[in-house]
Amino acid sequence: MRNYTALGLIFPNMHDDAIRDCTAVRSFGSLPFGGRYRLIDFVLSSMVNAGIIKVGVLTKSHYQSLMDHLGSGKAWDLSRKNEGLYFLPPLSNSDAKYQGRISSLADVMTFLHRSKEKLVVLSDCHMVSSIDYSAMIRAHEESGAEITMAYRRGVVPPLADIPQIQVDGTGRVTDMLLGRMSAEEALYGTGIYVVRKDWLMRVVNEAVARNQYHFERDILQGRLHEIALYGYEVPEWMMPIYSLESYYQANLQLLDAEVRRQLFPKSRPVYTKLRDCAPAQYGLHAKVENSLVADGAHIEGTVRNSIVFRGVTVGRDSVLEDCVVMQDVTVDRHCSLRCVMADKNALFREGRTLQGFDSYPVYIKKNAVV
Amino acid sequence: MFRKQECVAMLLAGGQGSRLYALTKRIAKPAVPFGGKYRIIDFPLSNCVNSGIETVGVLTQYQPLELNDYIGSGQPWDLDRMDAGVHVLAPYQRSKGGDWYKGTANAIYQNMQFIERYDPEYVLILSGDHIYKMDYSLMLQAHKERGADCTIAVLDVPREEASRFGILNTNPDGSIYEFDEKPAVPKSTLASMGIYIFTWEKLRKYLIADEENAASHNDFGKDVLPSMLAAGERMFAYRFEGYWKDVGTIDSLWEANLDLLNPKIPLDLSDPAWKIYSRNPGMPPQHLSATAQVQNSMITEGCEISGRVEYSVIFAGVTIEEGAEVVDSILMPGTVVRKGARVQYAILAENTDIGEGATVGERPEQATDLTKWGVAVVASGIRVAPGAVVPAKAMVEQDVEAKEVSAHA
Repeated sequence: MRNYTALGLIFPNMHDDAIRDCTAVRSFGSLPFGGRYRLIDFVLSSMVNAGIIKVGVLTKSHYQSLMDHLGSGKAWDLSRKNEGLYFLPPLSNSDAKYQGRISSLADVMTFLHRSKEKLVVLSDCHMVSSIDYSAMIRAHEESGAEITMAYRRGVVPPLADIPQIQVDGTGRVTDMLLGRMSAEEALYGTGIYVVRKDWLMRVVNEAVARNQYHFERDILQGRLHEIALYGYEVPEWMMPIYSLESYYQANLQLLDAEVRRQLFPKSRPVYTKLRDCAPAQYGLHAKVENSLVADGAHIEGTVRNSIVFRGVTVGRDSVLEDCVVMQDVTVDRHCSLRCVMADKNALFREGRTLQGFDSYPVYIKKNAVV
Repeated sequence: MFRKQECVAMLLAGGQGSRLYALTKRIAKPAVPFGGKYRIIDFPLSNCVNSGIETVGVLTQYQPLELNDYIGSGQPWDLDRMDAGVHVLAPYQRSKGGDWYKGTANAIYQNMQFIERYDPEYVLILSGDHIYKMDYSLMLQAHKERGADCTIAVLDVPREEASRFGILNTNPDGSIYEFDEKPAVPKSTLASMGIYIFTWEKLRKYLIADEENAASHNDFGKDVLPSMLAAGERMFAYRFEGYWKDVGTIDSLWEANLDLLNPKIPLDLSDPAWKIYSRNPGMPPQHLSATAQVQNSMITEGCEISGRVEYSVIFAGVTIEEGAEVVDSILMPGTVVRKGARVQYAILAENTDIGEGATVGERPEQATDLTKWGVAVVASGIRVAPGAVVPAKAMVEQDVEAKEVSAHA
């Protein structure tokens, strides 16, 4: 059922700096993932599956590929007469002082003001998950929180804005550390919040007036004991992406059947832009083991433990092992690739051999010719 | 007020397709799944859009629910236009009674109102049971250049097969002087593909006359075309070169699917310049496990493959468990083939469930009597019990317990 109480706001540029190689031409949210998706698909689909059909995408920069991907929002059923998908690039006069989440939110005050919804779901795109937002919204409403932070238990990803937290028996956040690097397991925020809209508008306005631009540091940490900040432990599978290596690893995690079951629950499909490609074709000499293959792929060679995106060609007598090959990559004959992550449309000419290591994949950039 | 359209396409999709037996028990033939992620109707619809024809009437009659759902707003084919686009046209009641579509010509006659609101110069008549890629705009161009009243697309077929088709006998300039329906001794090898372009003004006249003729079957092939020819209208054959297949029978449907695996067959579904569009379920990519062996096959998203697959077309969301074998077969969406089961020369319709160790179909080499051999068909939603045997040429429409069912008569 449609959720009239919440609207969604997505921050596709948050953490762009974490994977510079891949985000040179796109936002973090439009990073390709899992054979046919972009990271933002998981956030958008989860919102739609929770009945949230008013979603604003707060872009900051290089968002051409994201706009191309999202289009009218039709693929997520967000092209609607009422509400749907809102593309919210920054107001032009605010370029100079862009300093993170608060700036973005300050730019969409009119949008928020005009919205009838009482709650706002905020999400970054670096946590791959099919999270059930409706369960989180229920938890938020039951606790009486002003803001609820989705958290996870694990090794804290080494990103500047990730809060490491402690919660008490009622779920209230009692302590918060920011930017503390640690190899130990802890509770950390996922960049996903459910927040009361009137409260959010008020604290953002105040923060701007005080020249405070860091949402986590200035609002959440700075006023921790004044505000009702609760934690919500996400029960679904989640995988943080914070570096090239973790991006590569998160893709390969999909080879685990249990991970696929969690990320693609039957009742909550993950939507993406359609490409109308033919089914995947396997040639007479194809040999494919433990791999994820998308439609439009054409495989004549050997593929092991790899993720093969839409429109990829693997030539005869070529061997791919532990690779992530993105949309429209062509691997000619007699190539041997191991632990390679090839970005869109890269070309490997006949006989090329490249080898990375599990923890250090070789990254081939978009449109590169090897 | 509708904008004028130069050419309106009318797609005849009302037939039952009785020769597909169990496959069309609950769905109309044009809605039958084809080629891994398509349905038969995707081909004429995509051809229309790719040829620049943006107004399409789809005439439905038999079991229309699934077909109506599938076409929906026409968005997957980019046919959700403001006033053109795709329209599903079912028979309806009017003040002086109402009728089912009596024949192909009557179906168009009953929908003249739909055609007339676009004030077209030409009408393209298509059927919903052919697999091919064709640029109708080139055919229309030929129609215009010759100043024709009717142009019929034809395919040059091998002489030994010509007696299975409606054959057109033509003069050297391509004009038609005779129709020969399934001739014992064919004079030509030009077979009608069931694709017609009419100058609307002419067709309109003949449809009205045909309706007034009580002796008529109200059929294009039997009545309208012969009477146009007899009256001396300008009728031309338009030669089509390329792949075209009528998929009206189990064997031809099976063959056409497997043709997609043959690189020598000129039907490229991945040509970006002539895409075949379809309504997709949007499932995750397919997973081939460490025990999977897949060769010379087409597999679609959402599949989980752990068994052996050869020379087969596998639709979305199919599961093939470890030790199972699927060879020379067509598996429609949602089918499950369990451990150790063997499927050969078979068509499994949507959501069938083949139990552990069951056998469906057999290889022609193993058949004791080749006259009784054929492709085995399991209808949608059917469960075949573990260890059960479904013989070649069977037409299974009821769940199969662990004993052999008899071959289709």
